[in-house]
Amino acid sequence: MPLIRPTEGLQIDGFTLGPLLHRGGFATVWEVTHPDHALPMILKVPTILDGDDGPTIVGFEVEQMIMPRLTGPHVPKVIAVGDFAVMPYLVTERIAGASLLALFGTAPLPVPQVVDWAARIASALHALHRQHVIHLDLKPDNILTRADGTIVFIDFGLSRHDRLPDLLAEEFSIPMGTFPYIAPEQYLRRRDDLRSDVFALGAMIYELATGKLPFGKPERLKQVRRRLWRRPVPPRKLNPEIPEWLQEVILRALEVDPAKRYQSAAQLLFDLQHPVQVEITERGRRTETDSTLALFRRWRKMRRVRGFAPPPGLPAQIDKAPILMVAVDLSPETEGLADRLLMSVQRMLVIQPDARVACVNVIKTARLGIDQVVDDAGNHIHVSRLVGLRTWAAGLDLTEERVTFSVLENPDPGTAILDYAAHNHVDHILMGARGHSTTRRFLGSVSSRVVAEAPCSVTVIRLPQLEDPTEA
Amino acid sequence: MRLALMTDIHANREALEAVLSDAGRRDIDKFAILGDLVGYGPDPEWCVSRVQALVGAGAVCVQGNHDAAVSDPSVSLNGVARKALDWTRQRLDAAQTSFLAALPLTQTLGDVLLVHASANDPAGWIYVTSASRAMPSFRVCDARLIFCGHVHRPQLLTCDARGDVRDHNVPMGAPIPLLRSRRWLAVLGAVGQPRDGSPAAGYAVLDTATNDLTFRRVSYDVATTARKLRAAGLPEPLAERLLAGK
Repeated sequence: MPLIRPTEGLQIDGFTLGPLLHRGGFATVWEVTHPDHALPMILKVPTILDGDDGPTIVGFEVEQMIMPRLTGPHVPKVIAVGDFAVMPYLVTERIAGASLLALFGTAPLPVPQVVDWAARIASALHALHRQHVIHLDLKPDNILTRADGTIVFIDFGLSRHDRLPDLLAEEFSIPMGTFPYIAPEQYLRRRDDLRSDVFALGAMIYELATGKLPFGKPERLKQVRRRLWRRPVPPRKLNPEIPEWLQEVILRALEVDPAKRYQSAAQLLFDLQHPVQVEITERGRRTETDSTLALFRRWRKMRRVRGFAPPPGLPAQIDKAPILMVAVDLSPETEGLADRLLMSVQRMLVIQPDARVACVNVIKTARLGIDQVVDDAGNHIHVSRLVGLRTWAAGLDLTEERVTFSVLENPDPGTAILDYAAHNHVDHILMGARGHSTTRRFLGSVSSRVVAEAPCSVTVIRLPQLEDPTEA
Repeated sequence: MRLALMTDIHANREALEAVLSDAGRRDIDKFAILGDLVGYGPDPEWCVSRVQALVGAGAVCVQGNHDAAVSDPSVSLNGVARKALDWTRQRLDAAQTSFLAALPLTQTLGDVLLVHASANDPAGWIYVTSASRAMPSFRVCDARLIFCGHVHRPQLLTCDARGDVRDHNVPMGAPIPLLRSRRWLAVLGAVGQPRDGSPAAGYAVLDTATNDLTFRRVSYDVATTARKLRAAGLPEPLAERLLAGK
């Protein structure tokens, strides 16, 4: 058992403890310095009580296991891990900004701000899921921001790493999490579904948009159970400024059955970034709280539910719902190529039936000077391209919610495609490549640049070469 | 130090070769063999001499129930195992038989204890298949890490500071940090006769510098081993079991 307790001025493994910054239920957080590390740092020590301190210790062990394995801007960098035999601790970089608690205190926020925060959190969450980690305790207190606004998640004491033993799996008889944000399946003891984080994200967006918690502030476990049948008050009833599409996004993230939610944070993000194309269902249009009868019916259906269909493995869950971006060239001379591209997308949808397809066309704008908005015949170029994209995609036979259309404007088509892919967490780009011309070989083609620089897989479609390729 | 841990080779030459070749590419400093070199499989003499060579080069090895049964008829075995062992005895020479008979039941390497079945009753050949079966192993010794075999299915258990023993999921192929806040017992999957639904040979690598353990699976030519089993006239269920990994 630990021999040393933390105090200001304590020296351990070269670190010197500064003032106490925070005393939480399970741990204390201290400012700390080290001659070898210029970076501002904090040291977290679990509160070891003399009695039964099981939960504290296991949560801390989970953090010690998971945090050193995480990388990237959305998690604090781990500097050192302390030995349990002397004093268990975790030294991480100190994130300058405060938690989002204060921001949430100012909710409801104006809709554009809600969308901006939601998108940033969703993007960071997807980056975390890609590292095989489900947070399982997302709430405003556990989200910080760096000086530049980057979202940082903290407190991984309840998290689950897909490739590590889950020390918490058998540990407690009661569900773990924070009551206002905990997902129904998490309440039913599931700890392996990333869609639980999507639910918590939904609850936070609800809060930002309405200033209220979707399920109130339950204090007892029994009250948490009610979210299996009781639906939150429609956000638009609380704040009429919320558009239907945003209510659709929020309530879809808060669906009771994880199978009906967004299947990944990236898919939720995608809808936030394409509001016009969110398919609005009854969820988005709902204006009234459930009647007693409706509530009774759902209670009767849900009261005996002990669990939902298990999720596929975490990597499979992320791969299962990929975003497929198709860059379509609509010029008349590449019609054959566009047809071939369509065939390739169709084939890909057979093996990935849950994929979402983002159809993109780029209008190459002039670097300088005023661009033409209408073509010679007087048609609006942007609109006509959108119509062209829709016509092209009609052959895919996808429902509205699974396909989106974007016309991008950029002097450099390669840059436009790459930016769109990065911004939307695209998993796979499909695009056509025109034939081989001397100029193309000399200047480099759009497709070769996309292949070289894309943050994801790229498939380049070509028309079969004729025996004697002569360039037009 | 990087220690390759292997158990339950069961005279399966193809599986042992595949594991050694995989380990050969992973900077292994030392080998540990947790018993049951023979029994069930068609290549006992080759496997014993290969392990003898490893031991000659610094490997540690403990005795399993099948190894003990070669010269001790009182060790109880089921019908199929008994038949295979009667066949095995005739294949081994005197030096190999005495090598197996002389193997120790446990070995210690620093804070690591190696045993074929259980630490609490090494010669009782108990199957550590649950937290309650693992608890006595933690109680009888103070080793931080206990490695065993015998079950043919990988398993990972821990004993925390309060003495509570828990059973955990076993992630394959990724390093597992063996936190010093608790003690760990890993049941390794079998090299030569896996029973967890995958026919691939199992072993594990312990890195004492980074303090992590990686469970590994290596595919090998199961069909050849099954053919040899049948050609030797060994009981058919042994071949079927290898092909199915059950």
